[in-house]
Amino acid sequence: MTSRGGEDRSKRSAGIVPYGLLSPGILWLLLFFLVPLVTLGRTSLSVKASRFDPNDIRLTWELSNYTNAIGDYSEQFLRSFAYAGIATVACILIGYPIAYVIAFRGGRYRNVLLGLVVVPFFTSFLIRTLAWVNVLSDKGPVVSAIEYLQFSGLLESLGIMSDGRLLSTHTAVIGGLTYNFLPFMILPIYVSLEKIDLGLADAAKDLYNNGWQAFRKVVLPLSLPGLFAGSLLTFIPASGDFINAKFLGGPRNTMIGSVIQDRFLVQGDLPTAAALSFMLMIIMTIGTLIYARMLGTDDLI
Amino acid sequence: MSTGSQPPETALGRAGRWGLTAFAAAGFVYLFLPIAVIVAYSFNKPRGKFNIIWQEFTFDNWKSPFAPGPLTDAMVLSLKVAAISAVVATILGTLMALALVRYRFRGGALIGLLLVLPITTPEIVMGSSLATLFISRGVQRGFVTILIAHVLFCTSFVALTVKARIRGFDWNLEDAAMDLGASPWRTFSRVTLPLITPGILAAGLLSFALSIDDFIITFFNSGSEETFPLRIFGASRTQISPQINVLATVVLLGSVTLMLAGVVFRRRTDGH
Repeated sequence: MTSRGGEDRSKRSAGIVPYGLLSPGILWLLLFFLVPLVTLGRTSLSVKASRFDPNDIRLTWELSNYTNAIGDYSEQFLRSFAYAGIATVACILIGYPIAYVIAFRGGRYRNVLLGLVVVPFFTSFLIRTLAWVNVLSDKGPVVSAIEYLQFSGLLESLGIMSDGRLLSTHTAVIGGLTYNFLPFMILPIYVSLEKIDLGLADAAKDLYNNGWQAFRKVVLPLSLPGLFAGSLLTFIPASGDFINAKFLGGPRNTMIGSVIQDRFLVQGDLPTAAALSFMLMIIMTIGTLIYARMLGTDDLI
Repeated sequence: MSTGSQPPETALGRAGRWGLTAFAAAGFVYLFLPIAVIVAYSFNKPRGKFNIIWQEFTFDNWKSPFAPGPLTDAMVLSLKVAAISAVVATILGTLMALALVRYRFRGGALIGLLLVLPITTPEIVMGSSLATLFISRGVQRGFVTILIAHVLFCTSFVALTVKARIRGFDWNLEDAAMDLGASPWRTFSRVTLPLITPGILAAGLLSFALSIDDFIITFFNSGSEETFPLRIFGASRTQISPQINVLATVVLLGSVTLMLAGVVFRRRTDGH
């Protein structure tokens, strides 16, 4: 490990070389990331000029695209953020202990265990979601077990099941989101836990004479960067997802991604789809900044 | 250091430790449950067109996993897209990472932000905005637009992964090689490249995995082309065939083999 000063010294200030190395990548990002966002913004303020050609649109600074979109789809927006929020919290509750056990109790099997976290995600996202359809289906193992144990009444009153089903409920959609984005939570938390000096954790145990206190005052604060990164990597894709809602949910569980997809690709209503997309991005950016401020991890991004 | 001075563990503390480990073990069961289902259902003989309910055991599905047909075609397309976009994104991203780590220049922070943004933007926003661009310019969506999209989201991941991997290196080794009379090219191929290769390979594999699994961005920019995830999605309304499970199992085995090969490779390169 080089010291900070040493690292700076090894950095060269060599005229145009860095710009040469950067330019192909930058050009790609500008052309295919920033320019499309500008086009999206333009489209979101346009009207369809032709009833027959969805691609024929005209910029008229049509702010009503936004007001209409909010009026029509605020429910889906709120539902998306609620589902993604619950899934993120569930990922923390499941993922943190797993990351903790791998980092502090994994010993020489750390890398193997970490590999095991990633292996399930080598199968396609869609196929994994379809596998959950198998597991949660009406005559599948989970529902059969619940019926056998006669828990369905209890679970229905808790709002977890409905009409004796798990499929087509919010439980299934949130469960699918949690499962699909779990490694994005485990890996960053693991990375931040791994960096913690075990001597420091031991010293904290001596100081507080209590494992829980030591965790809360020393280990948890040091793992906040990982928790922050993991939450973003879970919440952002989860809130824009529509696959889980499509396969595991019913008509009452559609998310904002489902609406954008439908407006854009099925109905060819580009302006509304663009307005919804643009709003989603703005909300995500503002949310990320607030969240970074809250956790005091400003310098992370 | 301080372990000797620690008080003996209380019964509660021990219960907590065991509880935590048991919880993590249950977590692993949860992670692998759908995988077990996928592999098991590749041996199912479904009645009707949907491979959802277990009927009876059969090896039939495994007799011709790559039988010609739309699923196999889609798999081939996905592999092609993943290979090309991994190579292109790895080159673009590695060059960016090298520039960011090795050189001091104006605008570094801005470029860092530009790299993070594609990762923190929901896929649906990236997919729909790119499609809007192609539509407004009259670009026919197909193989090339899929590649453009995949290179886009892979490049950021490559640049950030490689950057994180090579940040702590002792670059003075390069100067030492030059001082000893090595030419710049020899210095690069004998000193720099071996140092950064593991990071680049890891980033390349990550790109490949991201590309082959991508659904949402591809869905918006594919035109009439069908990658493997798109084919499964399109067919899922009318049919979920066991061949999907067979191919998924094959991909899983292939990836695990690749990962093990990577571990062995790293053991070897770290060894000396």
